[in-house]
Amino acid sequence: MLVLGIESSCDETGVALYDTVAGLRSHALHSQVEMHAEYGGVVPELASRDHIRRIVPLTQRVLEAAGASLDAIDAIAYTQGPGLAGALLVGASFAQGLAVGLGIPAIGVHHLEGHLLSPLLADPRPEFPFVALLVSGGHTQLMQVDGVGRYTLLGETLDDAAGEAFDKTGQLLGLPYPGGPEISRLAQQGDAFCYSLPRPMLNSGDLDFSFSGLKTAVLNLVHKNPEARREDVAAAFQVAAVEVLAGKALRALKQTGFHRLVVAGGVSANTLLRSRLNAEAARVGATVYYPPLALCTDNGAMIAYAGAQRLLADAPAADGVFTVRPRWDLSQLQAA
Amino acid sequence: MQILALETSTEWCSAALWMDGKLHLRETHAGNRHSELILPMAQQLLAEQGVSLSQLDAIAYGEGPGSFTGLRIACGVTQGLALAAGCPVIGIGSLSALAAAASLETGAVGVLAILDARMGEVYAARYRDGVEVLPPALFKPEALPSPEPGECVAGTGFFAYEALLTTAWAGQNYSVSAQRYPGAAHIAQLAVPKLLAGEGHSAERAEPVYVRNKVALKKRER
Ligand SMILES: Nc1ncnc2c1ncn2[C@@H]1O[C@H](COP(=O)(O)OP(=O)(O)O)[C@@H](O)[C@H]1O
Repeated sequence: MLVLGIESSCDETGVALYDTVAGLRSHALHSQVEMHAEYGGVVPELASRDHIRRIVPLTQRVLEAAGASLDAIDAIAYTQGPGLAGALLVGASFAQGLAVGLGIPAIGVHHLEGHLLSPLLADPRPEFPFVALLVSGGHTQLMQVDGVGRYTLLGETLDDAAGEAFDKTGQLLGLPYPGGPEISRLAQQGDAFCYSLPRPMLNSGDLDFSFSGLKTAVLNLVHKNPEARREDVAAAFQVAAVEVLAGKALRALKQTGFHRLVVAGGVSANTLLRSRLNAEAARVGATVYYPPLALCTDNGAMIAYAGAQRLLADAPAADGVFTVRPRWDLSQLQAA
Repeated sequence: MQILALETSTEWCSAALWMDGKLHLRETHAGNRHSELILPMAQQLLAEQGVSLSQLDAIAYGEGPGSFTGLRIACGVTQGLALAAGCPVIGIGSLSALAAAASLETGAVGVLAILDARMGEVYAARYRDGVEVLPPALFKPEALPSPEPGECVAGTGFFAYEALLTTAWAGQNYSVSAQRYPGAAHIAQLAVPKLLAGEGHSAERAEPVYVRNKVALKKRER
């Protein structure tokens, strides 16, 4: 089965072709990061305006790269939520129009299910069950994954998402948006132990997170030490955030008794997070799995993959009726 | 010539099928349920007339101005359908469709078409004999040009500011059309001459016409 995947929930337009036998055939991405940088953050209306300009050329590009014709597509998967309503509607409208036009089913996919299953596009891939740590600009969650659609929330952030904390700290240090990759670059030249920042909720005994206090601590630090090197502040922040994420992920493994940890979402690109998780997991005999680096941030491949898993179980009606779900709790998903 | 037309720029939702001069129409008050309605409406029209997508010569969409989200639903659906059908697309202005309906109703040659743009503003354009003489633009209602002698005014933008405008235009010789919304019927009809003139283009060039383009301030503008 050949599935076209379309992602447009935030500031990336992603399109991909996934074959349930041959694997990922091609994928293409357009990031709006530069456009939004001038505004200091994502402007929803501008995001939607850009998606509708990119979606057809990206689709044509993945077809060409795979050497496939439109007629070869068996189904279309698109991100139905959560995300920006207007942006989601662009992908949904195009996907549904194309599906009706081709006479094939279209399926709406949960964005986080896409992230959650994206490590299954890597080689080697994890078996079920596993613990998933989802760390992106909008989400920070620990999940028990027993199969496609069988997700139990173990813990989540009570305030800011991890990526958001990276971005806000970056803003505080005068770094360009998004701050995450910038902080991790700066931190390489910094001394993480120059300053000591709190590890919020590290020893709270549960699997929830809180990052807004850490952000405030950075703010205070910078005010009290105006001469502080940005490199050192970035390094101190990064190590604090990473220690909390790694500590909670390890606790989740212990609590579930699982030996596989899957890490997904934009922040999973962070190299310190990866090395820390790998080291700590190895100590307890667990293995950590990541999506291929190119598929850490939003992309069409994970949507095509998640859609394909659901389509293998059950084909939706091809009636062209669609809605988007800007707010959509992962726990509301049914098993495939 | 067979054309499918889609219009979702206001709280109404309509689809039309033009078959060599014969027009088949579906329209409904959609609120914000356009995404649930537009494709089934189009499919029903095609099925009833026994027309398949591959037999279409083009797909026309209401390009705006209007609700940003609505514009992108018609445009996105059109992109998908046209890519599958392998046919060209064409965007038709919502104000021009509204003006065509008003002109047909009142017999007026000149039309000032006005759509509510929310946030205390309106979109307006002027047409004479179907030709655009004032392109779609954004106005404060009090800054709208007054109607020319014999002209008719039409659209939600007039009715939203009726008291203000009738006072401002007291003594002018104009009529008021009952037409409030653009519809797919006139989107289809206006598409015909444009397609005959070779103005149809590929799906990837389909894009809404927003008119309101300042939607956020850059950091250095704040
Ligand atoms: N190397 C990195 N270190 C830390 N954070 C990163 C890194 N690379 C990306 N990020 C963060 O990942 C987030 C974007 O991830 P993504 O999965 O696209 O999230 P969302 O869709 O929720 O915005 C941003 O907050 C960004 O700063």
